[in-house]
Amino acid sequence: MEIRLEYYLIISTIMLFAGIYGFITRRNLLAVLISVELMLNSVDINFAAFNRYLFPDAMEGFFFALFAIGVSAAETAVAIAITINIYRNIRNIQVHHLDTMKH
Amino acid sequence: MEITIQETVFFILAAVIVGCSILSVVTRRILRAATYLLFVLFATAGIYFQLNYSFLGAVQLTVYAGGIIVLYVFSILLTSTDVKMRAAKLKNSKLFAGLVASLAGAAICVLITVTHSFGSYHLKGGELHVNDIGQALMGTGRYQYLLPFELISVLLLACIVGGILIARKR
Repeated sequence: MEIRLEYYLIISTIMLFAGIYGFITRRNLLAVLISVELMLNSVDINFAAFNRYLFPDAMEGFFFALFAIGVSAAETAVAIAITINIYRNIRNIQVHHLDTMKH
Repeated sequence: MEITIQETVFFILAAVIVGCSILSVVTRRILRAATYLLFVLFATAGIYFQLNYSFLGAVQLTVYAGGIIVLYVFSILLTSTDVKMRAAKLKNSKLFAGLVASLAGAAICVLITVTHSFGSYHLKGGELHVNDIGQALMGTGRYQYLLPFELISVLLLACIVGGILIARKR
């Protein structure tokens, strides 16, 4: 019994769709952000596994995963800054209360 | 059929990832969701180590588990949403729709993954040396990544400036 490539893909699929479920159903901005982190992380697993199994001499998947980690760190920092600013203004971060910019 | 230590480690990591990623989106308390996310990120780093990408695993541990989770915990405690979280109840129909959509999507993707043939592959062992990573990251030739590296650094600078601008006191 060996560890096949499909096992990695199935794990990351389950993680991706757990993230999508959370993104649809959660009503808290921070919980939505946590779901986005799950989705980004599952894609990184795919990059690394494809690179290791199908193209073991290349490094493209490795570097894409590396850069994706950097981009998601930047995205999280800005998103959390915005969330804290929203909380400072209207004392709430539930998404159905965020309608002050609607007309 | 015997199970090697490699496979044992892989299946433990897989169980942790699947269980904790589902738990982190169904739990009602957001601080617990962040903790389960931390476990998922640790297990992902374990997957990278197990694929012999030690550098990627180390980056995952330092950036995600060390940096992002701390940010999340701080912002959860600052906004103190853990108490009000349970008050916000979602309509059952929306919950059901999200569940059906994600389950159907997962089923389709798993089906395609299982039935698709990836051709013959052989897992070549061996560590990816940090020397090679550094040469590829700092080179300007073919399959080398100096430009994206600089782009990331500019992005992070813009992110620092934006974060300060958004979060400062007026």
